[in-house]
Amino acid sequence: MDAIANFAAGEPGAPSAAIAVDGLTKRYRDVIAVDNISFTAPHGSFTALLGGNGAGKTTTIAMLLGLVLPTAGRITILGRDFASHAKSLLAQMNFQSPYADLPRRLTVRQNLTIYARLYGVQAVKARIAQVARELDLETLLDRPLGELSAGQRTRAGLAKAFINRPRIVLLDEPTASLDPDTADWVRGFLARYAQEAGATFLIASHNMLEVERLCDRVLIMKLGRIVDSGSPRELIAKYGRTTLEDVFLDVARRGPLEVAT
Amino acid sequence: MTGSLRRIGAVMLRHWYLIAGSWPRFLDLCYWPMVQMILWGFIQTFLVQQSSFFAQAAGILLAGVMLWDVLFRGQIGLAISFFEEVYSRNLGHLLATPLTIGEYMAALMTVSLMRTAVGLFPATIFAIWFFGFSLYSLGIALVVFFFSLIAFGWAIGLFVAGLVMRYGLGAESFAWAFIFALAPLCGVYYPISILPSWVQVISAALPAAYVFEGMRAVLIDHTVRLDLMITGVALNLVWLAVGVAGFLIFHRQARERGMLLQVGE
Repeated sequence: MDAIANFAAGEPGAPSAAIAVDGLTKRYRDVIAVDNISFTAPHGSFTALLGGNGAGKTTTIAMLLGLVLPTAGRITILGRDFASHAKSLLAQMNFQSPYADLPRRLTVRQNLTIYARLYGVQAVKARIAQVARELDLETLLDRPLGELSAGQRTRAGLAKAFINRPRIVLLDEPTASLDPDTADWVRGFLARYAQEAGATFLIASHNMLEVERLCDRVLIMKLGRIVDSGSPRELIAKYGRTTLEDVFLDVARRGPLEVAT
Repeated sequence: MTGSLRRIGAVMLRHWYLIAGSWPRFLDLCYWPMVQMILWGFIQTFLVQQSSFFAQAAGILLAGVMLWDVLFRGQIGLAISFFEEVYSRNLGHLLATPLTIGEYMAALMTVSLMRTAVGLFPATIFAIWFFGFSLYSLGIALVVFFFSLIAFGWAIGLFVAGLVMRYGLGAESFAWAFIFALAPLCGVYYPISILPSWVQVISAALPAAYVFEGMRAVLIDHTVRLDLMITGVALNLVWLAVGVAGFLIFHRQARERGMLLQVGE
């Protein structure tokens, strides 16, 4: 068993942050996609990456999953260096992204079975039944993914993202293709999972209401850098605004009040 | 080790679901080897009537085409299995699991082995029924020939899959281009000695050339040439090392360039 799994969040001896990023940089030839960012996400926290297109949110998440190699910097997950322990750490992580699909010719159940086995889930059938119940997928389990609506596919993608009961969840636009009612329901699911499993979430989102509802910390990114950070309430107060969306627009159009370190 | 086998099994299960869930895909596995076998079977029947050489070396063309299919199906089977992940934009999901790149390569090779065996077996049975030629008459040498050819196919397949991972689906056509370029050099239907001397130098580096020379030795001279087998196996080790190294290098480059989440249709 992984030594990290012996610590619960907040216990003496437990790593101080579930995710710690230090000086992370990604450069593609002349383009700097992520520029020397550092942040930590405490155990059990919801952290949002906010930023316009090309801000570096997806690249940051991809580096945390090992899908993109950083040019510089260090990633520590659950107290261990990600570069040295990627595969054992990935067993405790999962993600959902609009840039990755599940095979559409396979049924939802087949997809979940494959990923349950890849993640080493015990009692695969029972876990699939549970996650299908939690995400209201029971009647869709034996339908090919390609026959589902965009919203249903998003829920199937979320089922895959939670199939291994991850301790670290990385979500890129998790409710983008959902109707308001389903999106609200999914946010409730995410909040319940975080509370029950003590999981740590990092979410890239354009939906400010979602971020306000779920996240205890927001990192605002622009041109690959973290230009401001704080809780939604702190940021709203700092910019003298009434919503996080207004804060986002201020930063996007005029820049941050001060650059965070 | 158990975890490793479970993950390899999960990738194999993914391809089993895909093939078992679609009878056209299953039929496609068997269809082309069968068509090739029938075409070359009739050519051989005609040549046997015209030439004393073919009359004495019965089955030489049929054995050639079926063994060639081992190489071809082995290579395409691996490459297509990889392309399926790219077409479905599933590669990012797959490679962000605990599945190691070595396990993934092992899974692709095993899927290729099964696709090749399933595709080729009906053709070998029909060859006995239609043309009275049994590929199994090659005896124990057939086992060496089969694994020598499929290993060479895996080496090329891994390299081509790596190219697609690094350069995207624009490189997909290499899956067919590479293997067809090799066909004239491997001496499938004729001895290497008829090739120009400078081409023979290239052929000498190809494990498949030793298999087809060995196959003719068995069918014409009724001799098992161990020297050819050993050279072929040794060359395969080199080619497999090149294929694996190519896949690993392209995988790293794809990660450096952020291709793993972008590659797809």
